[in-house]
Amino acid sequence: MRELSFSDAIREAMVEEMRRDPAVFLMGEDVGVFNGVWGVSHDMLAEFGPERVRDTPISEIAIIGAGLGAAMMGMRPIVEIMFGDFLMCAGDQIVNQVAKARFMSGGKANVPLTIRVTSGAPGSAAAQHSQSPEAWFMNVPGLKLVTPATPSDAKGLLKAAMRGEDPVIFFEPKMLYADKGPVPEDPDFTVPLGKASVAREGTDVTVIAVGIMVKKALAAAEQLAREGISVEVVDPRTLVPLDKETLIASVAKTSRAVVVHEAHVRGGPGAEIAAMLAEEAIEYLDGPIMRVGAKNVPLPYSPVLENFVLPDVVDIVEAVKRLSGAAS
Amino acid sequence: MDDTQLSQYPKDFLAELYRRMVLVREFELRAIEERRNGLIPGFIHSCVGQEAAAIGATAALEPDDVITSTHRGHGHLIGKGGDPQFMMAELAARSSGYCLGRGGSLHMADFGLGILGANGIVGGGIPITVGAGLAFHMRGEKRVAVSFFGDGAVNEGAFHEAANLAGLWKLPVIFFCENNLYGEGTPQDQQAPIADLAERAAGYGFPGVIVDGNDVLAVYEAVKTAAERARAGDGPTMIEAKTYRYRGHYEGDPQVYRKPGEMEAWTCNDPISCFREALREAGLLEESALKGIEDGVQAQLDAAVAFAKSAPEPQPDEALAGVYADTHTGLVF
Repeated sequence: MRELSFSDAIREAMVEEMRRDPAVFLMGEDVGVFNGVWGVSHDMLAEFGPERVRDTPISEIAIIGAGLGAAMMGMRPIVEIMFGDFLMCAGDQIVNQVAKARFMSGGKANVPLTIRVTSGAPGSAAAQHSQSPEAWFMNVPGLKLVTPATPSDAKGLLKAAMRGEDPVIFFEPKMLYADKGPVPEDPDFTVPLGKASVAREGTDVTVIAVGIMVKKALAAAEQLAREGISVEVVDPRTLVPLDKETLIASVAKTSRAVVVHEAHVRGGPGAEIAAMLAEEAIEYLDGPIMRVGAKNVPLPYSPVLENFVLPDVVDIVEAVKRLSGAAS
Repeated sequence: MDDTQLSQYPKDFLAELYRRMVLVREFELRAIEERRNGLIPGFIHSCVGQEAAAIGATAALEPDDVITSTHRGHGHLIGKGGDPQFMMAELAARSSGYCLGRGGSLHMADFGLGILGANGIVGGGIPITVGAGLAFHMRGEKRVAVSFFGDGAVNEGAFHEAANLAGLWKLPVIFFCENNLYGEGTPQDQQAPIADLAERAAGYGFPGVIVDGNDVLAVYEAVKTAAERARAGDGPTMIEAKTYRYRGHYEGDPQVYRKPGEMEAWTCNDPISCFREALREAGLLEESALKGIEDGVQAQLDAAVAFAKSAPEPQPDEALAGVYADTHTGLVF
C-alpha cells in the first residue's frame, strides 16, 4: 500500500469528500492562502477556490457558529480551529449550541459539522498552545470525539465523521503530522466511529492509549517485550462513542490496565476509562488501573520543565512494570 | 401612523398584522396563566409590549427565509408561522410539543417554517444565523437569515464576531435588535456607552437603522428594505427596534429596576391598542371586525391549551433518544 503522511491523509480525506459532495467546504483561520498553519490544507484553495476553502477572521465564535448554522441549512462544513486551546474561545457555541441543537430541537436540527483541531505539545509552545483538551468535551453529551493515531485512521475516521450527521471534534496530534504510514486509496474507505483498534496484541498488560500516545505505547511495548512482558496496546480511536466492548475484552485477557494520554491526568480521558473499567470489568482486574498523563500543571515553556511534565515512553514502561510487579 | 400610510396596504394584510399581534400577546398571557395553574413547569420570558417588532419583522419575510430567536421568542415564532398548539404543548413539557418536551420555551424550533430555534444563551443564535446566511450565499439562493436579539446581546462577543463575518462576506443576514431598554434587570444605558445600538453596525461596514419598534408598519418596512438589500447581494443590515417590555425579564421577576413613570409612558404607545385605534379611525376595520379577530384568537388559544393539556407526557426513557442521529443503532455513548 502507498504511504502518506498523517497530514496528507487528512488532506486526502477532505479533498475526496469535497470532490464527491458540493455541500462540503473548509473554513478557518489561514486554511487557504497560507495552506493551513500546519500545512494540512496545502493547495486546496487552488483546486476548490475561495468559496469552498474560506479564510476567516480570527473569530472562533463566528467560525464554529457559522459552521453550525450552515450545517443546519444542509451544508457539511469542516471548520478548522488552529489549536485545541482556542476551542475555549468558542465555548458557548460548541457546548451549548453545536452539541445540543439536535436534542433541544426535538430532532429537528441536523448537524453534520466536523471541527478539526490540533492537540498536544509541539515543544516549547507553552501553556496556551500545547493542551490536549479532549476530556473537556467528554462531559458534554451531543459531541463525538475522535482521536486518530495513524495516517490510515486519520483518513478513515475523518471521512466517517464528515459523512455522519452529528457534530464531531476531530483531534489531530500536531506531532503526528509528519509521520508516514500506509493509507488505503479507496475513496470510500472509512473507519466507523466507536470501534477501537488493537494496535498490538499481548497477554500480560493492556495499555489503552489515546492519540499520539499510541505510538509511545507501542514503543514501550517493544521495550517491555525484550524484558519478557507482553503488552497489548488498544487505541480507542474515538472517546465518544467509546468502544467499551473491545477495551473490556482486552482487560479480560490481560487482567491489568494502564490508560495513557497526553492530557493532564486529573479528569483526563483516563479518568472516564478507568471508572468504566472499574464499574464493568473489575472482576477481571488483578491490580489497580493505572493512569499515565501530563502532570497537573500548565504546560511549561522550558524544554526541561516541559519534558518533566509530559508523559513519555519511560512513564508507560514504569507504570506497566509497577503493575506487573504488583500483580506478580 | 396616519390614514395615508395605512391606505397603502391591503386591508387583509393590516387585519392579519393585527391578528398576529393579538395572538402573540394573548398567547403570552395564557402561558403566564397556565404557568400559574401548574401546566407549565419552566421559565417564561414574555414579550408583552414588543409584539409590533416581532410581527412587523416576520411579516416582511418569505416562507423560506429563516430566523433565530431568543429567550423572549414566542412572538418571533408565531410571526414565522409557529403553531400555538405545539408551542403550548412544548411549554407544558409534552411529547406533542415542538421539541417533544426536550426544549421548552428557550429552544423551540420548526425547521420547516424556517425557525432555527429560540436560544437560552444571550447572543448565542447570532453566529448560527450568519452560518445560515453563508449556506444561502454559497448555494446562490435568494434567502435571508434574520437574527433576533435584545439590547443585552450587542455586548456579547458572539454579536461582534458574527456581525464582522457577515459584513466581511456580505452575507444575506439581518441583525434585528429589540432594544427594550433592559438587559435582564440592568438598564441599557448602564450596559453600553451609546444610546443608539444601531451605531454598532458602522463598525462592521453595513447600515444600522433605527425604527420605532412599537409601530408594526415601520418595522415591516425596515425589514422589507433590509431583506431586499440582502437578496440583492449587498449584505447585512442591523435594525434597532426601540421598544419596551411590560413584564419582568421572567415571570416572577420583582422588577425593582423600573424607572418611575416609564411604564406609563410606554403603555400610552402600546403597539396593539394604537394600531387597533388607527385601523378603526381610518375606517379600515370596524369594531365588529376587530372584535371578531380578537374572539378568533381566544378560540384558537382555548384549543391550544386544551391540546397541551390532553397531550401525552414523554416516557422517561425518551430522554435517552435523539442526542445523536444514530443513537438508535445501539452504540453505547
